[in-house]
Amino acid sequence: MQHILFFFIRNKNFLLFFALFLIAISFTIQSNSYHTSSFVSSANFLGGGVYSARSSVTDYFGLETENQKLTEENTYLRSQITQLQRFSEAKIDTTITNAPFYFKAAKVINNNYTQSKNNITINKGSRDSIVIDQGVITTQGLVGIVNNTSGGYATIQSILNTNSEINAKLKKDSHFGTLVWDTRDPNVVQLRQIPRLAPLVVGDTIVTGGKSTIFPEGILIGTIKDFVLTDDDSYVVDVHLFNDMTNLKQVYIIKPTQATEILNLEAATEDAEQ
Amino acid sequence: MQNSEIIQNIIRFIGLALLQVLVLNHINFLGYINPYMYVLFVLIFPFTGNRTLLIFLGFLLGLTIDMFSDTGGVHAAATVFIAYIRPVLLKFAFGISYEYNVIKLNQVPINERLLYISGMVIIHHLVLFLLETFNISHILLALRSTLFSSIFSILLIFCVLVLFGRKRS
Repeated sequence: MQHILFFFIRNKNFLLFFALFLIAISFTIQSNSYHTSSFVSSANFLGGGVYSARSSVTDYFGLETENQKLTEENTYLRSQITQLQRFSEAKIDTTITNAPFYFKAAKVINNNYTQSKNNITINKGSRDSIVIDQGVITTQGLVGIVNNTSGGYATIQSILNTNSEINAKLKKDSHFGTLVWDTRDPNVVQLRQIPRLAPLVVGDTIVTGGKSTIFPEGILIGTIKDFVLTDDDSYVVDVHLFNDMTNLKQVYIIKPTQATEILNLEAATEDAEQ
Repeated sequence: MQNSEIIQNIIRFIGLALLQVLVLNHINFLGYINPYMYVLFVLIFPFTGNRTLLIFLGFLLGLTIDMFSDTGGVHAAATVFIAYIRPVLLKFAFGISYEYNVIKLNQVPINERLLYISGMVIIHHLVLFLLETFNISHILLALRSTLFSSIFSILLIFCVLVLFGRKRS
């Protein structure tokens, strides 16, 4: 007994180091697997609070471009309203909608784009009914998917994250692929598994595919910059993003209203097949 | 440790953590290079201080940085690693003088000081980036980040030590 005790006392530094190192590694592994809300996250009281304080200072530096973006979006939305009004003069009751998606605005309080697994922190959380697996966009295009929430804050798995895999397609003819990131350039992501038949042209628009319940179909992503044919007869396409991922201020969270219905149906079908 | 030293280390801990997450994590020099200056806490922790405490504080500091930058546990792992192997590097850099008398980082020759700082920073960054990429096929990317970030961190830490170290010596 005494020997064991002496062993622990003698090697206490190594044992402490080893235990803490293992804990740190397990946190790392946990953060690499999607769908685990780790408590080591900036979406908590301390991280969110400090970042809010920081962004309340730094926000003033980008106000001009932010205003410009909002004006552009307003102009676009106004033109859409006038187009719609031509079709129907009837009053639209906005309290009852069966829109498949709702949007919620949030402010980015921390943005990373230099690591290989980047996350973004926003100032809305579960109190604003943000839940894990909701899509996030800006007025210009795709940003990522919510992967962790606390009361007042949430973190988003950016599309600049090697764990991120998002369904995307060509705008003109619906060839689907998976959007991933090779960590090289924060403005360029890769679209994989585009079939050889797809007629690719540099400059074509890439949009979200709408095969998942997270994003509606047709959210803008970027334009084709370059493409190469791989060994397995599919294209890998470099996509230049519309979004400037290094400068995000205002984002919209997409709340799918029919997601549970779709997912329940899919689960029921899978159960029936087994 | 005396009371003044404890307070000094607490302030240093909080100050370096805040400096790292609020300023240095957002430098993004040439697109992706960031210095990691919080390592300074482990570097200048009293050489005669409690080793167990240093390992624990290193873990805590790393975890704080991890929490703010959403990186899981990579900073915690890297920092606890250098906190553990610090005596080896001290012996390697300062030789026998480390074991027999109390040395001060400001008073050792500049080449020994640089060797100690570089060794610690490079090992820290190597562990950090290897764990961060977490993928053997991206090993070159990790090595590249290690190299560039290390140069940046070493320069910054050395400058800070030269600027602020004189008062205490």
